Amino acid sequence: MSEKKSLITVLQEKQEELGYLPMDELYKIAEETGNSPARVLGVATFYTQFRLQPVGKYLIMLCKGTACHVNGADGLEKAICEELGIADGDTTEDGLFSLKTVACLGCCSLSPAMMINDDTYGSLTPAKAVAILRDIRKGEVQ
Amino acid sequence: MKVVIGKGSCGIAAGALKIEHTLKTLLADTACELGIAGCIGMCFLEPIVDIYAHGVLLRRLVRVSESDCAIIAEAVKTENLSLLDHLTVSEEDNAFLTKQTRIALRNCGLIDPENINAYIEADGYKALRKVLTMTPENVIEEIKISGLAGRGGAGFPTWFKWNAARQSAGDEKYLICNADEGDPGAFMDRAVIESDPHALLEGMLIAAYAIGATEAFVYVRAEYPLAIVRLQKAIEDATAKGYLGENILGSSFSCHVRIKAGAGAFVCGEETALIESLEGKRGMPRLKPPFPAQKGYEEKPSNINNVETFANVAWIINHGGAAFSAMGTENSKGTKVFALTGKIKRGGLVEIPMGLTLREVIYDIGGGIRDDKEFKAVQLGGPSGGCIPEALLDTVIDYKALSATGAIMGSGGMVVMDEGTCMVNMARFFLDFTTKESCGKCVHCRIGTRRMFEILTRITNGDGKDGDIELLEELCEGIRGGALCGLGQTAPNPVLTTIRYFRNEYEAHINEKKCPADECAALRSFAINKENCIGCGLCAKKCPVSAITGERKQPHTIDNEKCIKCGVCFTVCPVKAVTKNGGECNG
Repeated sequence: MSEKKSLITVLQEKQEELGYLPMDELYKIAEETGNSPARVLGVATFYTQFRLQPVGKYLIMLCKGTACHVNGADGLEKAICEELGIADGDTTEDGLFSLKTVACLGCCSLSPAMMINDDTYGSLTPAKAVAILRDIRKGEVQ
Repeated sequence: MKVVIGKGSCGIAAGALKIEHTLKTLLADTACELGIAGCIGMCFLEPIVDIYAHGVLLRRLVRVSESDCAIIAEAVKTENLSLLDHLTVSEEDNAFLTKQTRIALRNCGLIDPENINAYIEADGYKALRKVLTMTPENVIEEIKISGLAGRGGAGFPTWFKWNAARQSAGDEKYLICNADEGDPGAFMDRAVIESDPHALLEGMLIAAYAIGATEAFVYVRAEYPLAIVRLQKAIEDATAKGYLGENILGSSFSCHVRIKAGAGAFVCGEETALIESLEGKRGMPRLKPPFPAQKGYEEKPSNINNVETFANVAWIINHGGAAFSAMGTENSKGTKVFALTGKIKRGGLVEIPMGLTLREVIYDIGGGIRDDKEFKAVQLGGPSGGCIPEALLDTVIDYKALSATGAIMGSGGMVVMDEGTCMVNMARFFLDFTTKESCGKCVHCRIGTRRMFEILTRITNGDGKDGDIELLEELCEGIRGGALCGLGQTAPNPVLTTIRYFRNEYEAHINEKKCPADECAALRSFAINKENCIGCGLCAKKCPVSAITGERKQPHTIDNEKCIKCGVCFTVCPVKAVTKNGGECNG
């Protein structure tokens, strides 16, 4: 089997390094891997993991899976958007938070749930979610 | 004594790490051992701490908090476990476990997933040893006897796929594990990998031996970081012990297993899309035939099975295919794992023999509906499945019987809904998902699901028109017949089943502009009953859009142009003067 890395792996590693995939890097990757820029951009935009814009220090992944939907994920989204003053997909001006709604985090028994970077928070209410964000912000200020 | 902390993703999210840390400090100078386990599946009781002596479970402590750690430490130090009565799982909650039959989940929550010796002590890798003395044909025959079918959703006979890959010409063959669990509402694959990764590896090795593959991949969702870490460790440990790699256990059989992190695309659950993705391309399904068994990864014969399917394999080899097929129904053998979630009292992972009824799972195991509300529907099979109403709760869990309802077995997501869930909005929710996840290859799926989503959005916004239901049905038929892959072909199911069983809800939205479940905000209306209003002004103060006005001590009014239907006034009114939807007051 070839040891050649797949294009997806190359993109994953680059994103791990830079936090996102800047356009000029995609061109570079195209050149280095012998792919057309169209193919590289095609892959980068197909998968939800890849970001073409920088994200905040804390990436909030708000689960909108079925169980979370049934248990009130829409209310959470509203509360988080109001608290941070951003919409889904945006980053706060201070670069601290980005919000991304995702299909399912696989924590359905803790629904509604969200992940902030690698930490999972479950059984949320709008008030709890806002409190978690405020705690993070407080910790950053100190 | 040994204190074991449940450290699956659910346990960790509920606070298991803090508890582990505290107990470590408290038990530092004692003879008590501290260990970890994966997920027992009783997610509603997390964090869970088990107390063992000489390998026997003495106590299962549930909903443990950091402040309980001191008493736990004292109880184990003094061997006075009666101190823990208040934390011990109740008999009622324990019924969640005792009514299950665990095969795929046999070790989950019971052994340390990061310790290969724990797996070996639980008869681990015994089946692999046995298989190496069998011919590949005999292994496939045993799986055929078991009746094991693909647990990822399609329910295709596992032996048939193995045999097809075995029969395909070529020396280079690949085995692939689909761990791209993208179905919203299902998390059994995550739990198996996090809690018993060697069971997956052993099942894969047996399959690789049977089909003649020497390279294997596990395609795992990137959203499952803990699963990836534990699986990687399991691969390294198994390689070190000679269960994996070159000349396994001194035989001529060699197999390497590698992890590939998926990058997030639901359609990659479809096997040809998954292969495209493994090759580093956009995950767009291929036309079949050729099937992966003929031309799969890198155009070589490949076999793809789901995590749960593999997790059953070692058990089948150890106990014989007949023991597996003795469970279940005429056309569905063995057990199936379900992720029981939603408005359910006891939610978590449930493994049951096929043939139980939905009612038994939801009421006997799951304890029924939370807050004792009315059951409305259970959603099976995620975006490819459907909603089953109360009248069909006695349907048995069996591939054929479930398909007859319009839903599917699917990968095992079982989301329970109560009276407060709007079924039109539910259909809209799934179509929103499908439009986002459609790969765009086929017109029917790409544009058809978008049109359905728009119609459903219109209906939930109160702009539904006469003929919308029929238009939806027509689109459903077109998409079902015209899409290339399973994602598109099954995308209409949530719409078709909700129309079939909850047509009255669609009609109420369209004709009366009412949402019977009161979930669709656009269809709510609020008014203030002038006779009851005391003019306290609380509602006006709380209204986020200043839609309520009135003189102090005089009846207030709501400006419906401004009102956003949030319902705050309804909730805060001290004298129940605010009415909702023309009648109901907050009583």
